[in-house]
Amino acid sequence: MSRELWTLFVTFAKMGAITFGGGMAMLPILQREIVYLRHWATEEELIDYYAIGQCTPGIIAINTSTFIGQKRAGILGGIAATLGMVFPSLVIISLVAGLITNFADLPVVRNAFAGIQVCVCVLIFNATLKLMKKSVIDHRTVLIFALVLAGSVVFNLSPVWFVLLSGAAGVVLKNLEARGT
Amino acid sequence: MIGVLLRLYWEFFKTGLFAVGGGLATLPFLKNIGETTGWYSYGDLMNMLAVSESTPGPIGINMATYVGFTVAGVPGAVIATLGEVTPSIAIVLIVAAFLKSFRENPCVERAFYGLRPASTGLIGAACTGVFLEVFTGVRLGGDGFVNRVSLTGEPLILWPRLALGAVLLALTNAVPRVRDLHPAAFIALSAAVGILFAFGGA
Repeated sequence: MSRELWTLFVTFAKMGAITFGGGMAMLPILQREIVYLRHWATEEELIDYYAIGQCTPGIIAINTSTFIGQKRAGILGGIAATLGMVFPSLVIISLVAGLITNFADLPVVRNAFAGIQVCVCVLIFNATLKLMKKSVIDHRTVLIFALVLAGSVVFNLSPVWFVLLSGAAGVVLKNLEARGT
Repeated sequence: MIGVLLRLYWEFFKTGLFAVGGGLATLPFLKNIGETTGWYSYGDLMNMLAVSESTPGPIGINMATYVGFTVAGVPGAVIATLGEVTPSIAIVLIVAAFLKSFRENPCVERAFYGLRPASTGLIGAACTGVFLEVFTGVRLGGDGFVNRVSLTGEPLILWPRLALGAVLLALTNAVPRVRDLHPAAFIALSAAVGILFAFGGA
């Protein structure tokens, strides 16, 4: 049992260490390692886990890791796989963050990061447009998107409230629709 | 110290529980944490996002680790990350127990119909604040219930940055082959431009 958990931890740590970009970028790597090399899940199962990982709260790569781990070795397996997945991030980011903190006051570093911030703006703008294509699909979702966007720009409120309200709105709107037809 | 770690765990637990749709969906929550605790500024958050995009691992986890490290060193990094994955683990283990009925449950499907555009809207709002910070001398925020608009005294629009942004937008969308390059390539290019033209004013 403990050997199985260790294998899960190491396998997911390896995948966490070689994936750049997270989420979708991880799918081909999971396919290769989990489906073709180790036969821990079938292609269909992996797609199912991914779909559910996308529509449960939290980070998609983490949700998928927990799914595969628990299928292999129960609750402890889910935890082992998830810890494996986050382990490389913990090590790499702590090292990089430590380095950057030491050099943050150098003019060259400050100028470089000012340039990088522009790039990050463009990258998240592109990513948001892609998300819009998948989530803003009809008149009602346009309305929810616009209200949340405006509400969150104008009011100083925790995002939690918007998430709770819009989840409820989705249920109400779809129920009305079901009753109308 | 213990107080800060507990607060970190709680803030990231909430983020993991309510951020729907992957790594970028945690951005509005991280922005909110920075505003309410004063642990880090928008600018810090942008730098963290840049590093998270150019290092291996899921972006959401990299961000949590980075924020945690900034606030309380290595223990902070571990606590923030554990806080963020705790709800995921709990929810997935529950969902896995009745997998089929969850996916086909009309109530879940209906809730997500509303959640997805809201999550995108929240990211959009976080982007708005960040864009103002990077490209203009206008700031949005404050302690009250309604956000206030203020000016920093810098130029109203930072034209060199806006120009770089426009070039990058074209490169990442319109130029075949170039647009498929890894984000780290564009980040490196922008760092070079930032140094060359002293974007940070240093």
